[in-house]
Amino acid sequence: MMASFMEYLDMGGYARYVWPAYGLVIAAIVLNIWTARRALKRARIEAIRRLAIKGRPLGENTP
Amino acid sequence: MKPAAALVPGPPATPSLEAARLVLARDLRLAFRRPGEIVQPLLFFAIVATLFPLAITPEKSQLRMVAPGVVWVAALLASLLALEFLYRDDAHDGALEQYALSGQSLTWLLFAKTAAHWLLTGAPLAIMGPLAALALGAPIASIPGVLASVALGSIALSLIGSIGASLTLGVRRSGVLLSVLTLPLAIPVLIFGARATQLAIEGTDYTAALQLLGAMAVLGVTLAPLAAAAAVRISLE
Amino acid sequence: MAWTWFHRLGSPPYIYKFAAKLTPWFGWAAAVLIAGGLIGGLLISPADYQQGEGYRILYVHAPTAWMSMQVYMVMAIASAVGLIWRIKVAHAVAASCGSMGATFTACALATGSLWGAPMWGTFWEWDPRIIFELVLLFQFLGYVGLRAAIDDTQRADRISAVLAIVGVINIPIIHYSVEWWNSLHQTASVMKLGKPSMPLNMLIPLLMMFFGYSVLFVALLLVRVRAELLSRERSASWIRDVVRA
Repeated sequence: MMASFMEYLDMGGYARYVWPAYGLVIAAIVLNIWTARRALKRARIEAIRRLAIKGRPLGENTP
Repeated sequence: MKPAAALVPGPPATPSLEAARLVLARDLRLAFRRPGEIVQPLLFFAIVATLFPLAITPEKSQLRMVAPGVVWVAALLASLLALEFLYRDDAHDGALEQYALSGQSLTWLLFAKTAAHWLLTGAPLAIMGPLAALALGAPIASIPGVLASVALGSIALSLIGSIGASLTLGVRRSGVLLSVLTLPLAIPVLIFGARATQLAIEGTDYTAALQLLGAMAVLGVTLAPLAAAAAVRISLE
Repeated sequence: MAWTWFHRLGSPPYIYKFAAKLTPWFGWAAAVLIAGGLIGGLLISPADYQQGEGYRILYVHAPTAWMSMQVYMVMAIASAVGLIWRIKVAHAVAASCGSMGATFTACALATGSLWGAPMWGTFWEWDPRIIFELVLLFQFLGYVGLRAAIDDTQRADRISAVLAIVGVINIPIIHYSVEWWNSLHQTASVMKLGKPSMPLNMLIPLLMMFFGYSVLFVALLLVRVRAELLSRERSASWIRDVVRA
C-alpha cells in the first residue's frame, strides 16, 4: 500500500516537475483569493472612514 | 491695386491635409533650430552599437552573426529615447491642446508630427544602420537590404512609439514606462526586421521578410495615429 | 425592456449588490470544478504513452495559458465598453483584470517551463508561443503600471483602456503562432473547430480545470469589482447602505 503510494508520488520519475507545477498554481490561486478579499476589506474600511469624517464618502475625484 | 477679394486667401483644397502639411513643416523647422536633439539619438545608436564588439568579441566573423540583432536593438533603444521629444514641447507650450481644439482632424495632425519625427530620427537611423552593420562585419553587398529593412522597421517603430508616447503624455518622468509599454508592441517588428537584415547580410533573398515588415508599417500608418489621437484627447481632458 | 436591464448593469449600487449575492455561488462552483479536475487529472486519468506521468502538468498548464488570453480579452472588451459608452462599472472590471491576468500568465510560463524541462530537455526556449506569452505578461504588467502612474482615476481608466485595446493584437498572434512558425508546441488539439482530438478521460479533467479557473476568475472579479466601486463612488446613499450592512 505504502509502496504504491510512494510510487504514485514519484510520478514515474517526474515528481520534481509535476508537484512544483501543481503547487505553484495552487499557491497562485490561494494568493489571488487572499489579495482580492483583502482589497475588498480595505475598500470597505476606507469607505466607512470617509463616511465617518465627512458624512459622505468622498470618491477619488470629489471636489 | 488688387481688389480686396484677391487679398483674402481661399479655403485650402483639403483642410486636414493642408493643416497636416503645415504641422509637418513647423515641426521640421523647430527641430532644426535645436540640432542637438536630432544628433543625440544617433550618437546613442553609435555608442550602443560600439559596446557590443567591446563586450563580446572583436572577431569580424563572429560579429557578423550578431550584427542584425545589435543593429536592431541599438536602433530600437535609440528610437525609444528619441520618442521623448515627440510630444514634449507641444504639450508643454499648449500647442497640442490647440491642435485638439482646432477642429482639424487630430489623427492627421499627429500623423504629421510622427512623420516629422521619423524624418528627424528614424530616417537618419536607417542610414546609420548599414554603416553599423559594415562595422560589425557585414559585406558591402548587404547595404541595400540592411537599409531597406531598417528604414521600413523604423517607420513602424515610430508609429508604434507614438502610441506609447501619447499614452504616457500626462505621466511624470515617463521614460521607463514609455519603453515598457512600447517594447511589447514593437517585438514583432524587431523579429521580422532583424530577420530581414540577417538574410540581407547572409546574401539570401529577403523580400518575404521585407514585405511582412512593409505590411506592419502600413498597419502602423493606418491605425497608430487613430490610437494616438484618442489617447492624446483623453490626456488633455 | 432590454434597456432597463442594460441601464441597471451600468449602475454601481446594483452591480455591487448583485456581485455580493453571486460571489458565493461562483466561489463554490469553482471549488467543486477545480477539485474535480485535480482528482481527474492526478488520479483518474491514465498515463500518457509517450510522456508517462509527467504529462499531468498539462492539467495545470493549458488552462492557465487559456485563462491568460481570456482574461486579457475580458479586460480589452470591458475597456472598450467603458471607453465607448462611458460606463464606470466597465472600467472597474478592466481594472480588476490586470493583476489576475499577470498571475495567470506567469503561471502559464512557469508551469510550461517545468513541463518543458523533462520533455524538451530545456527549461526555456525562445519558441514563438513562449515569446508571445512572455510579451503578454509584459503587457499585463505595463497595464498595471500605467494605471498606477496616472493619479486621476477617470483619466487612468480611459488611457489604460486605449492601451488594452491596442494590445489585443497579441492574442491571435499567441494562438496562431504554432501554425505560422515551426514551434515546439503542438498545434491546437482542443481549441479548434470540430471535434477535439483527445480521449475523453483526459479531456474531461482538462475541461473541468479550465471551467473551474474561469468560474474562479469570475468570482474573484466580482470581489475586486466591488472593491473598485467602493473606492470610486461619490454618492453617499448606496455606500452607506451597503457598508453598514
